[in-house]
Amino acid sequence: MVEARNVHKAFGRLEVLKGIDMIVRRGQVLCLIGPSGSGKSTFLRCINHLEKIDGGQLSVDGELVGYRQQGKSLYELKDNEVCRKRAEIGMVFQRFNLFPHMSVLDNITSGPMWVKRASGGPSKDRARQLLDRVGLADKVDAYPNQLSGGQQQRVAIARALAMDPKLMLFDEPTSALDPELVGDVLDVMRSLAEDGMTMIVVTHEIGFAREVGDTVVFMDGGVVVEQGDPVQVLTDPQHERTQSFLAKVL
Amino acid sequence: MTEPPHRPAPPQVGASGGSGDPSTMKVVPVRHPWRWVASAVIVVLLVMLVNTLLFSSVTRGGVRQGRFQWRVVGHYLFAPSVLRGVVVTLELTVIAMVAGVLIGIILAVMRLSPNRLLSGTAWVYIWFFRGTPVLVQLFFWYVGISYLYPRLTFGASIAVPHYTVHLPFWQSLFTVNATTLVTSFLAGALGLSLNEGAYMSEIVRAGIISVDEGQTEAAASLGMSKGLTLRRVVLPQAMRVIIPPTGNETISMLKTTSLVSVIAGVDLFQSTQNISNTNYEIVPLLTVASLWYLFFTSVMTIGQFYVERHYARGATRALPPTPLQRLRAGLRHQRVRPAPALTEVPWVAPHD
Repeated sequence: MVEARNVHKAFGRLEVLKGIDMIVRRGQVLCLIGPSGSGKSTFLRCINHLEKIDGGQLSVDGELVGYRQQGKSLYELKDNEVCRKRAEIGMVFQRFNLFPHMSVLDNITSGPMWVKRASGGPSKDRARQLLDRVGLADKVDAYPNQLSGGQQQRVAIARALAMDPKLMLFDEPTSALDPELVGDVLDVMRSLAEDGMTMIVVTHEIGFAREVGDTVVFMDGGVVVEQGDPVQVLTDPQHERTQSFLAKVL
Repeated sequence: MTEPPHRPAPPQVGASGGSGDPSTMKVVPVRHPWRWVASAVIVVLLVMLVNTLLFSSVTRGGVRQGRFQWRVVGHYLFAPSVLRGVVVTLELTVIAMVAGVLIGIILAVMRLSPNRLLSGTAWVYIWFFRGTPVLVQLFFWYVGISYLYPRLTFGASIAVPHYTVHLPFWQSLFTVNATTLVTSFLAGALGLSLNEGAYMSEIVRAGIISVDEGQTEAAASLGMSKGLTLRRVVLPQAMRVIIPPTGNETISMLKTTSLVSVIAGVDLFQSTQNISNTNYEIVPLLTVASLWYLFFTSVMTIGQFYVERHYARGATRALPPTPLQRLRAGLRHQRVRPAPALTEVPWVAPHD
């Protein structure tokens, strides 16, 4: 589903990604862990082209991100082509980023109705189903600032799911939440994983990574230090940096 | 905020004084003697103001007459020529503000564009129109255009003059005399709009910048295009920042339109001037103009309140009450006040 080969990214002179190689297969749940500033979030944002990569190759579902290959040249995608690609990838942000001027229902139907030009009735029915799925069926008409952080994040997940994405990206979805609200969000993500959604999750929830993840990738300093089966990486890390990181967070 | 008469005491832990239950004692509120002094001074001044406005008289040219000549004011307040001036003032205000907001949005988006030519062009536009007085600009549109371009020619003949030879019909259709085209009203509307656009663009830009970047990213991740994101996500949120200064600009514009009087525009101010030029009732007609300006700025202030309230949805948890709601709450409060339940309440916040 996602294939990265020697991906490089720099902000000005600061090199954030120094050659990332990664493969995510359909239906797989990959958890990205590592200290802050290790490039996890940047890599995630490269996958739906919120950031442009400077070198290497990154493809989703066999198609390059942001470029079209024709013969020996790469053509940069036009804005509307980039939009079409992004519409197939759901993303959940650390700070929810719900649209505060719209009700919960309008937030969820905004993607299908404005981007896919779906009609209102079915979009609203689907939005209600999704709200029910994330356990917020009674919040249809609420505005985001009337909800707790955990509720907002679950609405954000429903909003992303409303586009029927083939891949879901989670950028530290529980980092901005009060501890007692983390569980609800993780439950929703767990059920998504059980339904076979392909997911890439940047997280500090080591427990979640071990329990739900199929693969854990430990990044540090813009490179992948260690990756593999969660239980193995998290309980018996081979690399020294992984060991010291896990010693601090566990 | 006056002192409430008898308040039950706040519950005091370990109150000294021994004898008696503190909750039954009389509470003596703090006195504010200087407030009374200030109030007295203001009341005296108000009485003087009302007196001089309504009841005083003065001898002018041997004739005893009311100081402000309200009868003359009333006579001209709804005079047909004044009302025509009112319409011109309102038309100019609406045209200049609508055009100004549209120009402002376009310029703001241009200035935020990564394309240097676009942002540079917007920068130069703002530099020019903010850098010269609007009075000078109005003169330029009225006199300058017909001086610089006596014959305005539109269409193909501008770019390729050669073709006009082959297309005489085209030429005759689109070439006009500048002095007939640029009337004082058009020059006024044009000058005010272009000037306002420069100011509005800065207001709109501030609004756009104030919206969290995460909003744009969330919209992008849903596959929304830049235009759609601007229209449906960014601008509605930017409105909260854009509206208060825009209300300011509108009120300011209403009064700035009086400048068109210098380019022969007959707006509200000029229409009252025309009358006083013939009957020499200068001050009463200035009063007429002021009353009309005050009336419309008051209406706009009320309108602004409701527009702001509309765009506050989702940003504040409880919308501010409308004046009507406040009035109703006030009336309810008045009726509740003498209720005996007060004695059972241990402590009521001073702002109840």
